[in-house]
Amino acid sequence: MFEYMKNNKALTILGGLALTAVVATPVMAQRDPAYEAARSSGAIGEKPDGYLGYVSSPSASTKALVEDLNIKRKAAYTRKAQATNSTVEQFAFTSGCNLIMRTTPGEKYQAPDGSWQTRSSAAPTRDSRCP
Amino acid sequence: MNSPFTGGKAKMRYTTYQLTDRVNNAIRRNMRSLAATTLISGVAFGLAGCVQVAAPDKPIVINLNINIKQEVVYRLDGDAKDLINEEADIF
Repeated sequence: MFEYMKNNKALTILGGLALTAVVATPVMAQRDPAYEAARSSGAIGEKPDGYLGYVSSPSASTKALVEDLNIKRKAAYTRKAQATNSTVEQFAFTSGCNLIMRTTPGEKYQAPDGSWQTRSSAAPTRDSRCP
Repeated sequence: MNSPFTGGKAKMRYTTYQLTDRVNNAIRRNMRSLAATTLISGVAFGLAGCVQVAAPDKPIVINLNINIKQEVVYRLDGDAKDLINEEADIF
């Protein structure tokens, strides 16, 4: 078997790729269950500025969760803003447009007037500049 | 006579060795007090710096009244979608 693989480089590379795929699959980005629960319970929601906000006064754990995610979001926005020659606010706002559009029915989002809305199956109320 | 200006109008109160060579001379006293002040203010500054690290209780208000034009939003839309798909765990 090893002799055969030694003589067949293509097979060895394929085997390596297959192994990489098996190892890489569990690392796929997924929402944390606590974050998912806070979203679907309506405790937190998406704001037009691209960050998460509190719909009701948050528990300590929810607050920690949201602050952590917002810091990570800001880091991602900053990185992408540099790559696209835009400001962090511009990129965050554009992401906010998309994130509000992607909320699922039952989740909360903030309308341009600042009020918290529950997403229905209809299109959400967004800023007029959103695509 | 200690002063080199024996015949002059001004009379020096201290000779050079009195200013520099004594254990408790004026220059050393000045430098000691300066060092102590620097140390104390340095420690105070460090402590103040540590206290500042605490996160604010009030929610962070982000002012949206910034110059975001619709054309910019349209240009960035594709990249924003990519980012949301790439880092699905934080969105």
